[in-house]
Amino acid sequence: MSFFPKNRAAFSERVFKTITSVAAWVAALLMVGFFIQLFRQAVPAIGRYGLRFLVSTNWDPVKMDFGAVPAIYGTVITSVIALGIAVPLSFVLAMFLVETAPPWLSRIMEPAVDMLAAIPSIIFGMWGLFVLVPIIEKYFQGFVCNTLGLGRFAIFAGGGGFSYLTAGLVLSLMILPFICAVMRDVLRMTPSVVKESAYGIGATTSEVTFHITMRYGMQGMTGAVFLGLGRAVGETMAVLFVIGNVPKVSASLFAPGTTIASQLANDFGEAEGIFQSSLFELGLILLIMSFMIQVAGQLWLNKVRNASGGGL
Amino acid sequence: MRKRSIAPRKIIDRIIQLISFMIALFSIGILIWILTVIVVNGITALNWELLVNPTAPYGIPDGGLANAIVGTVIITTGAVILGVPFGILGGIYLAEFGGSTRFGKLIRFSANVMMGIPSIIVGLFAYTLIVLPSGHFSGFAGSVALAIIMLPVVLRTTEDVLGMVPNALREAGLSMGMPRWKVTFTVIFKSAKRGLITGVLLAIARVSGETAPLLFTALWSDGWPTSFFTQPTANMTVTINEYATNSPFDVMHARAWSGALLITVAVLALNIICKIFFREKRV
Repeated sequence: MSFFPKNRAAFSERVFKTITSVAAWVAALLMVGFFIQLFRQAVPAIGRYGLRFLVSTNWDPVKMDFGAVPAIYGTVITSVIALGIAVPLSFVLAMFLVETAPPWLSRIMEPAVDMLAAIPSIIFGMWGLFVLVPIIEKYFQGFVCNTLGLGRFAIFAGGGGFSYLTAGLVLSLMILPFICAVMRDVLRMTPSVVKESAYGIGATTSEVTFHITMRYGMQGMTGAVFLGLGRAVGETMAVLFVIGNVPKVSASLFAPGTTIASQLANDFGEAEGIFQSSLFELGLILLIMSFMIQVAGQLWLNKVRNASGGGL
Repeated sequence: MRKRSIAPRKIIDRIIQLISFMIALFSIGILIWILTVIVVNGITALNWELLVNPTAPYGIPDGGLANAIVGTVIITTGAVILGVPFGILGGIYLAEFGGSTRFGKLIRFSANVMMGIPSIIVGLFAYTLIVLPSGHFSGFAGSVALAIIMLPVVLRTTEDVLGMVPNALREAGLSMGMPRWKVTFTVIFKSAKRGLITGVLLAIARVSGETAPLLFTALWSDGWPTSFFTQPTANMTVTINEYATNSPFDVMHARAWSGALLITVAVLALNIICKIFFREKRV
């Protein structure tokens, strides 16, 4: 013990540092590994279909002719619907929890909203399948198409409960708590001096929120939208249950479709050879999409964090 | 600036506040709605037989979920054993050594990005890593997939929690001649214990409801999970998926609801425990 105390300490320090840094490397290597492994499996499909894969609307396992457009289209449409509903809702919700609600009420409601984020996605899927799909089919679609008379427009024509719209609705509920959590932090970041001076010249609560807090936190809230988008793009089970899994491009929001993630989950079991390779290429496209969204979101939030001096 | 009298502005303010209150009620209402549907449908089929009998082959009405429950516990335990050590050690590196170096920043960045990569992609990755080379689906492959999902979560919470430990404690340990690893594992871990446990529990809660990655790895089976490393292994979420979507039988739907109830209760309980646990620490 006392023979070479200094060397021994230096040695143990080095070993400890090496072991921990190897563990840290694993995180970065896995990220690279995702790309390498998916790309390797996708090579046959990339070689066979080339760029046609990215522009073809065919997805035909019988003729072995595959194109990514239906899945990409469905992913984009459902994510846009989800964001369109979840962003305004979570902003108003965050505004209520931070600005208007009495403290005791937001102390109860904030954990409840967070809890919505903890519910497994397959539960949202079951709820969507057995509860929301029938409601959309029986009541909502008839209401929109016949009562409101919007059925003659292509985006509301035909279809039923299994649809882009249902998937978008379920997704919006799933991403709402995530967006809301970031927005709450952003709203809390606004210095009270700024808010109080607005109140001081006679602004009402909602005016302070829209003219002061919202402008102050605009950047941070944009970051929240990235987070929500990242979740919506890759969600699998909830979408799989309600979108109908038809690899077609349809203009109508009430039409069944597919997304990249749900197509993977739906087809992978029976896929072999070039079919499986095409699915891997779809997976690679999804990986690239969500990687870019995450990187953009992280860089954006870092920028905001630096600009506002931490606290987010 | 145009002039506006106070009365209409106050009315608009009230209306906006009312709308925001209703939206808040609406989102809580959705949560209650989903939970009610799960409880009402799940509790009707929930009985003792369900918890002790294994799942029956397709079309046979009576069967339980016991093998799926055991399988999920085994797969998740495997994920904890594989994922948590890397996560904690990596977190130690960021908190104690390289947090502000270029490499440390890269690790933190990729862990953050990794947390947002869809779980289905992780499932595909684990498929290429374990299932393809070994030639068979296995519970172990499922554990690997879940471990990969856990890793960045544990890593980031470990870093955050260790970062909250006051530096004076570190220095006190080091000044007494303790080696660095001893300071970390005895002094710092002791004061950060609650936070570390919370991080691991949250990661467990996050993966135990995962379905998509298990579709490509663990698959499911009607037998007891006897061959974790070589055969498809029963688990709750994929079984729920099969029963809910690939079956026309009401009995199977009912069992799917019961499974959904069990998994929801487990996941929410873990989350609530974490909240209470961590709040106590702050006081």
